[in-house]
Amino acid sequence: MKTLLNSTLMNITLQRLAHQLVENHLSFTDTAIIGIQPRGIFLSNRIAQLVKKISGNNNIDYGLLDITFYRDDVHSAHIHVPSDTTIPFSIEGKNVVLIDDVLHTGRTIRSAMDALIDFGRPKRVELLTLIDRRFSRELPIQPDYNGYSVDTILTQKVKVYWQEKDGKDEVVLLDKVVS
Amino acid sequence: MGLSVKHLLGIKELNVQDIEQIFKTADNFKQVLQRPIKKVPTLRDTTVANIFFENSTRTRLSFELAEKRLGADVVNFSASGSSVSKGETLIDTVNNILAMKVDMVVMRHSASGAPWFLANHIDASIVNAGDGTNEHPTQALLDAYSMREKLGSLKGRRIALLGDIMHSRVALSNIYCLNKLGAEVTVSGPPTLIPKHIESLGVRVEYDVKKALEWCDVANVLRIQLERQHKPLFSTLREYAMYYGVNKSMLDSIERDIVIMHPGPINRGVEINSDVADSKQSIILGQVENGVAIRMAVIYLLSGKREVVE
Repeated sequence: MKTLLNSTLMNITLQRLAHQLVENHLSFTDTAIIGIQPRGIFLSNRIAQLVKKISGNNNIDYGLLDITFYRDDVHSAHIHVPSDTTIPFSIEGKNVVLIDDVLHTGRTIRSAMDALIDFGRPKRVELLTLIDRRFSRELPIQPDYNGYSVDTILTQKVKVYWQEKDGKDEVVLLDKVVS
Repeated sequence: MGLSVKHLLGIKELNVQDIEQIFKTADNFKQVLQRPIKKVPTLRDTTVANIFFENSTRTRLSFELAEKRLGADVVNFSASGSSVSKGETLIDTVNNILAMKVDMVVMRHSASGAPWFLANHIDASIVNAGDGTNEHPTQALLDAYSMREKLGSLKGRRIALLGDIMHSRVALSNIYCLNKLGAEVTVSGPPTLIPKHIESLGVRVEYDVKKALEWCDVANVLRIQLERQHKPLFSTLREYAMYYGVNKSMLDSIERDIVIMHPGPINRGVEINSDVADSKQSIILGQVENGVAIRMAVIYLLSGKREVVE
């Protein structure tokens, strides 16, 4: 097991990502933030908070997206339990920043884009991730904003712990899949 | 995760976790059904056959909509006008349909137990859409789901099932489902339409419909199944309506507002009067709406990969 980000580094990384977002989207009047259920929402909650503070805009459009029904492996994988989707605003013509914690094969993001389009036609969709597992992509998808890149092999696993859920902020690389 | 069963044959075989999981998933599908695009591509690689050996409006439409909104391909089959009238057996009929690469079968049949029989002979998942006088599991699930939406948890809630308990598969499935969810159940109707020893299923019997209504939080009024009654069990429909039909003055005489349900099709003026069926206390159309979400949940949860037990 190797620690990729400890809590101090994680905090700095989140600050940087939030600043990069504000740099590109300024006051967030035409931009919505959407976190991907279930694990991406801890990151998106933090980012949304930070962006509100930095941009000074307290009414940022912020939603959560569940992609279970858009997966491409319903028959080959075990049934996934869906989470809630809450997008209480129109995404038509808006910039949308999709947020997930770990980018691996890219299949989740593919599903998320399909799910998102069912809510309208966004002007532009960007992707923000905390960890990018480079060289393991199965689809041509890259993040626009990324916290930390790591080279991994398939048997390794990246685990992100969040204070709110797991009692600590940390990202670790596990050598074997712990089930 | 997933259900503990491969088929949805009856509520009898489900455990509480299965029922809760179906409800939780139905919540998510209900959200989907309220969007402008009421459709998800989840089962775009699945073909479902709806095989109906008995008439149906709601159930069949509801299943078909549920399947289509999950993105599945749908084929419909009804016994009338098919080769069943030429003498083809049930297994042959279904195997021929499955040979055309169908992944799941939704079946209604007039013989009790038909889906269990079929489950022993084919590999595809089967959803029972009503078998004879035995079970109608998706109806019971959507009934309990609708009750829960209205009342919250069903633990300790009082539910009255009124009418033709003897011939109603909705009654039996409701009893299993409500018992599992911790509700108290009373069945009520004419003695000729209440099976002997039904108390052994954990329900109370009350022959006075008025008393049953006064006792309950929810009254689920069931249809008189004339097509299954092969000997006279009450004199006339008019007499039945007078003594056992639910009317507005009965409801008005009760202090509380009880919830009125009916699985359809309604015989207006027989088991229930129009002024009750169309009243504010009635959630009959809500039941129909929830039916699609519940059936989407059931089909979705049965479609995943299953552990192969060696």
